[in-house]
Amino acid sequence: MTELLEPQRDREQAVAEYRRVRRWGWWYVAEHRIRSMRNYVGSLFIIGIGSPIMYLLGLGAGLGVLVNQNQGDNAVDGVGYLEFIAPALLLAGVMVTAAQESTFGVFGGFKWTPIFLGMRDTALTPAQIVTGFALGTMARYVPAACFYMIAMYAFGIIHGWGGLLMIPIAMLLGTAISTAVMAWVSTQRNDRGQLSFVERFVMTPLTLFSGTYFPLETLHEGLHWVGWISPLWHTAELGRLATYGSEQTLWLTVVHILYPVALAVAGWFLSVRHFTKRLTS
Amino acid sequence: MQQLHIEANQLTKRYGSFTAVDGIDFEIAPGESFGFLGPNGAGKSTTMRMIAATSLRSSGSLDVLGLDANDNGPAIRAQLGIVPQADNLDEELRVWDNLFVYGRYFGLPRKVVRQRADALLDFAQLQQKRQARVDALSGGMKRRLTIARALMNEPKIMLLDEPTTGLDPQARHVLWDRLFRLKDSGTTLVLTTHYMDEAEQLCDRLVVVDEGKIVAEGSPKELIRTYSTREVLEVRFGTAKNEEAAGRLAGIGDRIEVLPDRLLVYDDNGEQALTAVGERGLHPVTSLVRRASLEDVFLRLTGRSLIE
Ligand SMILES: Nc1ncnc2c1ncn2[C@@H]1O[C@H](COP(=O)(O)OP(=O)(O)OP(=O)(O)O)[C@@H](O)[C@H]1O
Ligand SMILES: [Mg+2]
Repeated sequence: MTELLEPQRDREQAVAEYRRVRRWGWWYVAEHRIRSMRNYVGSLFIIGIGSPIMYLLGLGAGLGVLVNQNQGDNAVDGVGYLEFIAPALLLAGVMVTAAQESTFGVFGGFKWTPIFLGMRDTALTPAQIVTGFALGTMARYVPAACFYMIAMYAFGIIHGWGGLLMIPIAMLLGTAISTAVMAWVSTQRNDRGQLSFVERFVMTPLTLFSGTYFPLETLHEGLHWVGWISPLWHTAELGRLATYGSEQTLWLTVVHILYPVALAVAGWFLSVRHFTKRLTS
Repeated sequence: MQQLHIEANQLTKRYGSFTAVDGIDFEIAPGESFGFLGPNGAGKSTTMRMIAATSLRSSGSLDVLGLDANDNGPAIRAQLGIVPQADNLDEELRVWDNLFVYGRYFGLPRKVVRQRADALLDFAQLQQKRQARVDALSGGMKRRLTIARALMNEPKIMLLDEPTTGLDPQARHVLWDRLFRLKDSGTTLVLTTHYMDEAEQLCDRLVVVDEGKIVAEGSPKELIRTYSTREVLEVRFGTAKNEEAAGRLAGIGDRIEVLPDRLLVYDDNGEQALTAVGERGLHPVTSLVRRASLEDVFLRLTGRSLIE
C-alpha cells in the first residue's frame, strides 16, 4: 500500500507510460474484449466447430447431391456445389458474427455495460476504442473461420495452399462489416427493435442475395445491385478465386478487394466521429 | 511557486441555450483538497467532466496540470483518477479483471497492474470478492471498486463526484481515511458531495455553487463564520404549526429559517434564544441547540436543504 501512496510519481515513468498508451491503446481495448469472451468461450467453441460441420454436411450431403445431379456438366465454375458454396458459407458466418458483436456489443458498451464510458475516463482516444473493438471482434470470428477452413480441408473440399487465404479474406470482410455496423449503431441511443431488425432484414438478405448459395448471375438482374453493395459477395468471389481458382478478370479481383477496404476505412472514420461525439458532452 | 494543478477562468458550459456552468473561477493547488457543494443541477458534475476533459467547455479557460483541457484530453486523463457520479464498471468482468483492464488503459505493464490491483483490492476491502462478477456486488461495493479503479494509475489528481453516495457509514469512514492518506501523500483531491460532514472533514477549501455560479468560497470554518452564527437553535412545533410559530418568533436571533419539519433560529447563543422562545409563550415539541455547520451555510446561500 505504501508503494501506492508514493507522493509524486517519477515524471519520466509517467511520460513513458503515456507514450505506450498513445501507441498501444487500441491493443489494450482488444485485450479487454478478449478477456470478456472468456466468459462464454465454451459456447463459442461449440458454435465454432459445430456450425461448419452442420452446414457442410447438411448442404453437401443433401442439397449438394441434388444440385450436382441436376446440373451435371453445367456446374457453376465447373466445380461441385459444395466447392462453390463452402467459401461463401465460411464468410457468411463471419459476417453474421461480426455484425452481431458490433451491434449488441457497441450498443451495450454505451448503455447496458457501459465499458466505453469507462474507457473514456482513461488516456484512451475514441479512435483507439474503435480500432480495439473491431480487433477484439476478430477474436470471435477468426477462430470460427479457422475451424471452417480446417473442416473444408478435412472434407476434401479444398486442396492446396490457396485455402489458407480464406483467413485474411475473412478478416477483410469482418473488418468492413464491424466498422460499418459500428458507425451506425454508435448513433443509436435507444433500442426500439431496430437492432435486431438489422440482423434479420439486412444481414439475412445480404446472405441470400449475395451469391452465397447460387451465383449472382442466377438472380434477376434487378437484384444484382444487392451483390454489388454487399461486401459478402465481393469477398466470396475472392474466396472462390483463392480456393479453386474460379475464373475472374483482374479488374474484378481488384474491385473485390478495394470495395471491402473502402467500406472498412469509411466505416472506421465514421465510427470514430460518432464515438467522439457520444463520449464527449 | 509551484504550478497550479487546476486553473479555471470564466469557465462556462452551455447546452444549447441553457447555461449549466456560468463563468466560474477557481484555482486548485497541488496537494490541496477542494470541494464543490451545491444543490441538484447546480453544475457540479458538469464542472468535473470539464476538468476530466470529457466535456468541452463553451468558453473561458481551463488548464489542468498546465495543459488546456479542451486540447489535451488523453494526456490530462493519463494523470487523473476519475470517479464519476454513476459507476461505469464492466459488469460482465470479475472484480479483479476490472482493475486489470483499467490499469492497462494507462499503459502499465502487466506485472505492475497485477501488483496494484492486489494492493487496491485491500484498499477497497474487496479481497474476498476478487473473483466475483461485478453485477453480483452491492451498490456500495461497486462504488468502492470504482474508487479503487481510479487509483490504478496513481493519479496526481483524484476527481471524486459524490464518492460516498450509497456507502454505509462504516464504509464511508474507511473511505475518508483512505482519502486522507492519499492527500497526505500529495494527491490533489477534487470532490463534490451532498454530505456536509464529508465536506468539513475532507476539504481544505470549497466553493458553493448554485445555478452554475459560485456563490461562496472559503475553508469550511471561514464559510461558517461568514454565513452563519456560532450556534443554531432547532425547534419543532409540529408540521402545520411551524410557519405560524415563525411569525411569532420574529426578532429572536439573527435570522430564522423555516424548514418543512422544523425552525432554525440563528443565534450565537442558542440557549439564550431558547429562553427567549419560552418567554414568548411558545412551547416547541422538541428543541435542540447545536453548533453551526456547513449545512447552515448551504441553506443560507441556496435556500435549499442539501439532501433533497
Ligand atoms: N448532456 C447534457 N445535456 C443537456 N443538459 C445537461 C447535460 N448534462 C447536464 N445538463 C444540465 O446541466 C445542469 C447541471 O447538471 P450537473 O449534472 O452538472 O448537476 P450537478 O450539480 O452534478 O447535480 P447533482 O447534484 O444532481 O448531481 C442540469 O440542469 C442538467 O440538466
Ligand atoms: Mg452531479
